[in-house]
Amino acid sequence: MTRADPLLSVQGVAKYYGARIGCADVSFDLYPGEVMGIVGESGSGKSTLLNCLAGHLAPDRGQVLFDTRAEGLRDTVTMSEPERRMLGRTDWAYVHQHARDGLRMNVSAGGNVGERLMAVGARHYGEIRDSAEDWLGRVEIDTTRIDDRPTAFSGGMQQRLQIARNLVTGPRLVFMDEPTGGLDVSVQARLLDLLRGLVREMGLSAIIVTHDLAVVRLLADRLMVMKDGHVVEAGLTDQVLDDPQHAYTQLLVSSVLHV
Amino acid sequence: MNAMIDIRDVSKTFTLHNQGAAVIRVMDGAALTVDRGECVALTGASGAGKSTLMRMVYGNYLAASGSIMVGGVDVAQAEPREIIRLRRDVLGYVSQFLRVVPRVPTLEVVAEPLLAVGVDRDTAAERARELLTRLRIPERLWGLSPTTFSGGEQQRVNIARGFAHVYPALFLDEPTASLDATNRETVLTLIQEAKARGAAILGIFHDQEARDRVCDREIDVTRFTPGLAA
Repeated sequence: MTRADPLLSVQGVAKYYGARIGCADVSFDLYPGEVMGIVGESGSGKSTLLNCLAGHLAPDRGQVLFDTRAEGLRDTVTMSEPERRMLGRTDWAYVHQHARDGLRMNVSAGGNVGERLMAVGARHYGEIRDSAEDWLGRVEIDTTRIDDRPTAFSGGMQQRLQIARNLVTGPRLVFMDEPTGGLDVSVQARLLDLLRGLVREMGLSAIIVTHDLAVVRLLADRLMVMKDGHVVEAGLTDQVLDDPQHAYTQLLVSSVLHV
Repeated sequence: MNAMIDIRDVSKTFTLHNQGAAVIRVMDGAALTVDRGECVALTGASGAGKSTLMRMVYGNYLAASGSIMVGGVDVAQAEPREIIRLRRDVLGYVSQFLRVVPRVPTLEVVAEPLLAVGVDRDTAAERARELLTRLRIPERLWGLSPTTFSGGEQQRVNIARGFAHVYPALFLDEPTASLDATNRETVLTLIQEAKARGAAILGIFHDQEARDRVCDREIDVTRFTPGLAA
């Protein structure tokens, strides 16, 4: 039996917008190498939760414990802002739904990837450029485009560039907010295949927020279903989708059109 | 030695919240064991609960009560990550339908379970080539995604994938359906080889002759079906 410690331990997290509940009573452990999906309709609190976990929003209650390399489990809610920002540049990555929120649009593709390396101390120009080239290749962007700006890229390419920029520093935990949202179905499939390969090869843990059940079925080991700020059901992804227990999950699953 | 698969007093209900919260009791007191090297067939008419039972043992459906021991893990109680590990290392499942990420080449689809347990890329690819050859998938198709293949080809890819890793326990859902005689023969040989190396196999076979060839026992799931839906 594996008794490894969790990489992330979330305990009783809540966030309120005035009297309105953003999310409440959220607790779970995420173990190294696990990919967890969070699904729910718009306004269910899934993005609020993701932002609380990634340190973009301060929760009103609860702890978000992360297994730091130096000091083991630390509460990222109470750590100092510089410490949290350091995590955001090293062990954590955040893939935004809109690539332009996660990229610098007026900097070249290579620069976008290299910038994150420089943020963690890389200084050797040749090595940074080699890394950037390597990563563009891994996300299937033609390396002749290294000096082009992302404004000249298609939506799917921008999203792949954002992923390269995020993964180049070898993070241990990746937060993804609707990573395939707004992309053509054919482009989505390519991105999913790419993400799945990278997650396995790098042994990444990831939390993926989406409203697309097909995405979680392909990418996530575990699934959490949210409604009105609360987790209504959680479990193994295929079990939750094939044998949903909660009324809302049953409605969600039965509402998907099959093609 | 304990049985590889040991199911005791398992029941299953479905609550249909969006249809007047109807509670349907589909299984009661299900019990069976499968030893290493043994192949047990689940029988019973369509709708009797063969697939439901198999899905519960795989952790795909939640059991309402009872215990489902597979290789020392109680699937009815286990955490998701324990079931993920069980499925990766111990318990293989050849379903009737192939479900894959679009775009992934056939060779990769078949090699994937081996890569997941840490087999190196060359060995995994070698094993995948061997299985695809035995199951007569033409080599020119290996680099293509199986999503566009014919039903029979997809099923053979699915079987190759299911037999790639030497799982100690294996579930087979209609492994010989829609196969021609030659390929059916290959699949039956694969099953016999798995038994010989000690795999515990639980299967659904509508093909009576195949069942007679490879199965040691039959269990009629009708006896676990409650008489009336409550």
